[in-house]
Amino acid sequence: MHVVSLAAVTTSSAVLAADPPCYARSVNAWICPEYVERYAPELLDATVQHLFLTVTSVALGLVLAVALALVARNRPRMRSALQGSTTIVYTIPSLAMFSLLAQATGLSPTTVIVGLGLYSLAILVRNVLAGLDAVPAEVVEAATGLGYGRLRLLTRVEAPLAVPIVMAGLRVATVSTVAMVTLGTIVAYGGLGNMLANGIDDAFKAQVFTTSVLCVVLAVLLDLLLVAFTRLVTPWTRGVAT
Amino acid sequence: MNEVGEAITFLLDPASWSGTDGLGRQLTEQVLLTVTALLVVVLVGLPLGLWFGHRGRGGTFAINVSNVGRAVPVFAVLALLSLGPVGTGVFGPYGRAGLATLIALVLFGLPPVITNAYVGVREVDPEVVEAARGTGMSEWQVFRSVELPLAAGLVANGVRLAVVQLWATATIAALVAGPGLGNTITYGFSNNTYRYVIGGAILVALGAIVLEGVAALVERAVDPMRRVRGSGQNGLVHTPQTTAS
Repeated sequence: MHVVSLAAVTTSSAVLAADPPCYARSVNAWICPEYVERYAPELLDATVQHLFLTVTSVALGLVLAVALALVARNRPRMRSALQGSTTIVYTIPSLAMFSLLAQATGLSPTTVIVGLGLYSLAILVRNVLAGLDAVPAEVVEAATGLGYGRLRLLTRVEAPLAVPIVMAGLRVATVSTVAMVTLGTIVAYGGLGNMLANGIDDAFKAQVFTTSVLCVVLAVLLDLLLVAFTRLVTPWTRGVAT
Repeated sequence: MNEVGEAITFLLDPASWSGTDGLGRQLTEQVLLTVTALLVVVLVGLPLGLWFGHRGRGGTFAINVSNVGRAVPVFAVLALLSLGPVGTGVFGPYGRAGLATLIALVLFGLPPVITNAYVGVREVDPEVVEAARGTGMSEWQVFRSVELPLAAGLVANGVRLAVVQLWATATIAALVAGPGLGNTITYGFSNNTYRYVIGGAILVALGAIVLEGVAALVERAVDPMRRVRGSGQNGLVHTPQTTAS
């Protein structure tokens, strides 16, 4: 019995060794779990870089958007100038944007972060302004009547009420940033986009497919995370039909 | 700054524009790709979106597709298509990987057109539609004389968003050995000739701004409600996806 089973094991492992893995050049399968196993460290590094570039870009965009929106909110001309200029920035294709920024910041993560931060600014400025506009005037009046100063009014009353609309914008900005980080590969910092680019050069199907899927998964996970966070910080919106 | 000057000299030099991989050829490819894809997107997407909007159904599906589409990198779709059956072969005047690029362009141009057409028709005041039906208008008349004019602004806005998206996507095609102006940029990067990188980027950015400007003018021209509404409709916040939380 023992001998037979041992023989069976030997043959099966011999067969395994003879079979080229599905990521071998001769097979070049699109879907290949062995590729994921073999390249797990590289995939992890690329995903971490992707996540870092996304989070930093969106954070930069959010900080700038909040600051600009607060300055411009009660100044109609500045407001329309701000919205107009961010829209123009938004129309510049990312490949051109990274190329132009690279002249100042070189082949570095900064180029990608500044570029993507500027794009997210277009979405976020609008949503921060829309969020602040959506605070009912009576609420502001009531808080002022209670003796709230401008800072306390902003942090205690206006900011929390603006959160749902700001978060909606943050979701859009985050998801599209995850997709656009891939193009950072033009300046050598594209997270999963770097592996995607290598995959194209080598016609490496498993790599192209796996990294594409990972990009989408990353975007969906971050989106879900933002939804969960929004629910957590705005308990009063739960159960209210929108 | 010196490099910007060199880039401008490069752009003004007639020699840069001639030849099989000159700027002229690449610009032609890029414009051809954008225009062809726009035609397909408008011919397919507009009737679909308007019809969804008129029936009041099917639009949520379209909006969901748009939302998912945002998470899919253009670059990834181009890569998957170019390694797939449509491949990197030469496709007529569209150049190498022209077919793969064209398909990718259409895929990314459709969502804003369908979504905005749907939302535009849906947002027409139901009482106005009701009143139109009450006066004995046929379904077609209701659509043609009431819903369509009232929706025109948002519908045109969707086409405008698509135009900008198409131009940007056509630029990225160069990363998969495809056609278009992106080639000047990628060539410049791989050969450390920054006048190509900057020159190409300036051309691409200018093209985008010109297209956006033309599209904005068209948008204003086709919207019969613009005088009534005053300063209106801004694409980004008004994209329904933003509020679809």
